[in-house]
Amino acid sequence: MAILIDETKRVLVQGITGREGMARTELMQEYGTQVVAGCTPGKGGRNVLGVPVYDSVAEAVEAQGGIDISTIFVPAPLVKDAALEALYAGVKLLVIVPDRVPIYDVLTIAGEAERRGARFIGPNTLGLLSPGRGVLGMMGGRAESARKWFKQGPVGVSSRSGGITSSIAYYISRAGVGLSTMVHVGGDAVVGMPHPEIMLEFENDPDTKMVVMFGEIGTSQEETVADLIEQGRFTKPLVAYIGGKAAKEGTRFSHAGAIVEGNRGTHEGKVRRLREVGATVVDKFGDIPSVTRDTLAKVV
Amino acid sequence: MQRTVRDLGGDAVVKAQVWSTKRAAWGGIRLVASEEEARQVASELLGRKVGQFTIDRLLVEEKLSIAHELYAGVIIDDSARAPVVIFSSRGGSGIEEIAAEHPESVAKVTVDLTTGLLPFQARDLARAAGLDRRYLNKVADALVKLYQTARHCEARSAEINPLVITEDGRVVAADCRVTVDDYAVFRHPDLGIEIARELDRPPTQLDRIAYSVEKDDYRGTFYFIQMEEGFAPDDRYVGFHGAGGGGSMMSMDALLQHGFKVANFTDTSGNPPASKVYRAARIILSQSNLVGYFASGCGVASQEQFHSARGLVKAFREVPLSVPGVIRLGGNSEEKAIQIITDYCRDLAVVVEGYGKDDTPDFCADRLETLVAGAGKPGPGQVGWTNGEAKRPYRFESPTGWIQFDHDLCAQCDHKVCITECVPQILKENDDGLPVLAITKAEAQKGKCTECLACEVECWFHGNRGGYIDLPIEGLES
Ligand code: SF4
Ligand code: SF4
Repeated sequence: MAILIDETKRVLVQGITGREGMARTELMQEYGTQVVAGCTPGKGGRNVLGVPVYDSVAEAVEAQGGIDISTIFVPAPLVKDAALEALYAGVKLLVIVPDRVPIYDVLTIAGEAERRGARFIGPNTLGLLSPGRGVLGMMGGRAESARKWFKQGPVGVSSRSGGITSSIAYYISRAGVGLSTMVHVGGDAVVGMPHPEIMLEFENDPDTKMVVMFGEIGTSQEETVADLIEQGRFTKPLVAYIGGKAAKEGTRFSHAGAIVEGNRGTHEGKVRRLREVGATVVDKFGDIPSVTRDTLAKVV
Repeated sequence: MQRTVRDLGGDAVVKAQVWSTKRAAWGGIRLVASEEEARQVASELLGRKVGQFTIDRLLVEEKLSIAHELYAGVIIDDSARAPVVIFSSRGGSGIEEIAAEHPESVAKVTVDLTTGLLPFQARDLARAAGLDRRYLNKVADALVKLYQTARHCEARSAEINPLVITEDGRVVAADCRVTVDDYAVFRHPDLGIEIARELDRPPTQLDRIAYSVEKDDYRGTFYFIQMEEGFAPDDRYVGFHGAGGGGSMMSMDALLQHGFKVANFTDTSGNPPASKVYRAARIILSQSNLVGYFASGCGVASQEQFHSARGLVKAFREVPLSVPGVIRLGGNSEEKAIQIITDYCRDLAVVVEGYGKDDTPDFCADRLETLVAGAGKPGPGQVGWTNGEAKRPYRFESPTGWIQFDHDLCAQCDHKVCITECVPQILKENDDGLPVLAITKAEAQKGKCTECLACEVECWFHGNRGGYIDLPIEGLES
């Protein structure tokens, strides 16, 4: 098993006729993802890489039957509409790849997703990949590279940086350990499925024996993961690295964050909280593969 | 100014308008009782330096007879994925400390985006923070308006501090601050925001130049901010060129650990064209007194890295580069990228080394240290590079510049690498065996030419040097 994506999932691509949409459809197909339909309003009726294109998501759902996941590759200002369209059509998982989506649009999508019992990854995500099973988004860039770089195995990866998701996965694979699924949760302040939600997915996946998390300063994602560990809701071994230690403490212009969150969001606060609840936080990024291997040796 | 003071009846507050917090503490907010005093305070403040900024503007306001100072703010809560309105019945300078000391006077409410902040919620919020019921309705009204303002201009944060209750019972926003979402600025032209970037200081000249490059080119991301200006060669400042947030941050850490300082933060990622990477490099290199050039991203990039390599080569040769460079280009097509960097920079006066995904940022920073220390070879010095003069020019526009083949030189060229190396394959030989577009000039201009830079960079080394690409950077003198 893996989380969120494998070869059984039926995937729609919104924005399939665009530059990015087309290139990434090719990657997904070649890596084994079942891309069953595409959608670009006004361009229905044609075929892109053998995938039928529809004018609306509802039409795609009607013609193709159930769609598990929609991956969105439309320009940032159009993301809200595309995402809401997919949610209204009943799609339960979205992968929102574009960068620079306005934050209130993300909040609107989040509200609608919650009402409809749906979830989304991103925005500003490279996507996710289960080695040997399937990929969503643009992780790996080329299927051939993705096959070469990422090996199947028991380690889950969750990261707030897209490039780092790939590097962690590559270095872990090179150390002889494989991965169940690697997820880039998205680089923005507000994302659909932050670290804690990914941890809960990994908790329920019997094939994932431990998780590696790449955190960053800002937001309360890592602290919430610590809360989950403390509450006994996430019980698998966790190896974490928090980036941004050297980031300049800039002049902050809003007091509001500090008033409600206090110490949350800082490098020091995140590291301390995670260590308190027993997670392994490495200080050097380069130590991740060896520490992962050692941690794994204790659980399997 | 005196007139304003006079209009206010002599009593006024003079506030330095400068990018700084805690103005009261360093004397940036002053009470004056007469026009004369106002003039004195103004001459004292104007021109004064605060951190790296000079005070060049003052705000003159009515002096409020303050009964109470409150605080109100709106932020986006990442875990609730919703706006949160915060209210404190104690406000003013040092609000963070006040809130920590008096948690009972602070309350917050999460707002449902579909309804907005409802008046009763605002009243409950104010009550929860212990506000005197005499002010309940007026303060609640101010809270609702604050939320509406934040929502309307798509603010990531908006706050009023202090929110003042005057002796005569009015509720006045004495000072406020709004941070508009960078990504939504395009929907608010009326706000007149020149640079949609969250900065803790006014943008520098170079920040502006870089921003205008990014603004007009949606392909990939280019982010540039200057971290320091006016440093000396002994200060060990490095021009930094990252790719992707996480990898960049780690790469900068590696530089710092090796005793370097970072002159600028630059990120070109998300599959940018070679032309964008070229412009980024040109802007980085326009900073004086750098000791080195360090490009390093996540190490395992999804994008095809040879594009970045060609962009760097064009910039390095054109400038030409006079400090050592370490370029870490791990990811797709890294072998080709490394080869482009090493082969095409070999005759520069300085050493440029290329590395891939198996080389850590730490190792690369170490290499830079060695090169900067002078272990590198001294090169021949002068490097020629194409300059755009042509006897028989064939010209067309690319999306952000123009391209020219000197058919006089092309006639003598056996290899025609421009045609074979053009990534989107839009070039062909005409009947005379000379390179021309295989598509219309309009199509090339609209984006079919991806500005991969092969028809200049590859031509210089493998053709007859007839290819020339001009990519202007507005505001940057060459
Ligand atoms: S490679 Fe250069 S010189 Fe040769 S045909 Fe092309 S542009 Fe002309
Ligand atoms: S004409 Fe072709 S080779 Fe030249 S820059 Fe454009 S895409 Fe690249």
